[in-house]
Amino acid sequence: MRILLLIAALLASPAALAVQPDEILRDPALEARARAISKELRCLVCQNQSIDDSDATLARDLRIVVRDRLKAGDSDAQTVAFVVDRYGDFVLLRPPFKASTVILWIGPALILIAGMVGVFLWHRRRRGAVAAPVAPLTADERARVDALLAEKPER
Amino acid sequence: MRPLTVIPIAIFAVIAAVFGVYLWQVGPGGKDISQLPSAMIDKPAPQFDLPGIAGAPGEIDTLGLKAADLKGKVSLVNVWASWCPPCRIEHPILMTLAKEGVTIYGINYKDKPADARRFLAELGNPFKRIGVDNRGRAAIDWGVYGYPETFIVDASGRIRYRHVGPINPGQVDSIIRPLLKKAAQASGGRK
Repeated sequence: MRILLLIAALLASPAALAVQPDEILRDPALEARARAISKELRCLVCQNQSIDDSDATLARDLRIVVRDRLKAGDSDAQTVAFVVDRYGDFVLLRPPFKASTVILWIGPALILIAGMVGVFLWHRRRRGAVAAPVAPLTADERARVDALLAEKPER
Repeated sequence: MRPLTVIPIAIFAVIAAVFGVYLWQVGPGGKDISQLPSAMIDKPAPQFDLPGIAGAPGEIDTLGLKAADLKGKVSLVNVWASWCPPCRIEHPILMTLAKEGVTIYGINYKDKPADARRFLAELGNPFKRIGVDNRGRAAIDWGVYGYPETFIVDASGRIRYRHVGPINPGQVDSIIRPLLKKAAQASGGRK
C-alpha cells in the first residue's frame, strides 16, 4: 500500500519541472509564452538541455531574463534576439537557416538523395547484366550437362 | 576501375579524412571543443554598472566597475568567484600579468563579499577595479556561461577575445600576450 502511495505521489508530482515556483509569472498567458521560448533555448552549461529543462543556475538566470523581457513588453522574437545577441546562434536549439548552416540543414537530404541515386544506378546496372544475351551451349557442353543430370544421387 | 567501384571508396575516403581532421584537432591539435564561439567578439562591451566589494575599515575595499571604465586602455576583464576552483588555479597568472602592468578588471560573480575579500587577501588582488555581480545579470550581458572567463577589451571598449576557463601558463604566452600587444598597437600605441 505504501509503495502504491509512493508511486502515485511520484506520478502526480511536478518534481521533474526545473522551473521554480518563484520564477513563474502571475499572468498565465505570459508564463505560457515564457515556457515556449525557454524550450527553444539551449542551456550552455548542460548543452543538450533547454533552459526550461535544466537545473543549472545559468539556466535559471536565463529563464528569469526571458520572463523579464516579456514583462517589459518584448515580443517573443525580440526576447529570443536578446539572448542570441549575448550567446550567439548556438543558444538556439533549432539553428536558423543561413549561409553558415546550409550544410547542416540540407546535408542529410543531399546524402539521402545521393544514396537513392546510387541504389538506382546499381539496380539498373544489375538488371542490364541479367538481361544480357547468354551464348547457347556448345555440343560438348550439352553432352556434359546431360551426363551430369543423368547421374544417380549417391546415397 | 569502374566508377561504381571507385565512388563508394572515394566517399569513404573523404568522410574518413574529415573525421580524421576533427579527431586530430581535439587530440594532438589541442583544440578545446567545450569552448563556444562568443557572440560578443568585436562588439562593444555591454552596458553595466556594478558596485565594488564593500569592506569595513582595514579590509579590502574595491572600486566598482562600469562599462565606461573599460575605455581608453587595453584591459583584461576577468569573471571570477571565490567558490570557483579553476579561478583559484588561474589567479597566480592574473597576479603575474598585473605585476607586468596589464590592467585587469574583475567581475565578481555571485559571491559573498566576505568570501571574495578572503580570496583576495590570501592570493593577492590583481584587479584595478571589481564589480560585484550578485544576480549574474551582467555576466549574461557578457555572454558568460562558465567560470572563470576572461575578455580582452581594447581601448575603444570593444571585446576582442574571450577565453572560457582558466588561462594556463602556456596560453599566457601563446594567446594572451600577443593579443594584448595587438590590441595595444591597434589602438594607436596607447597601452
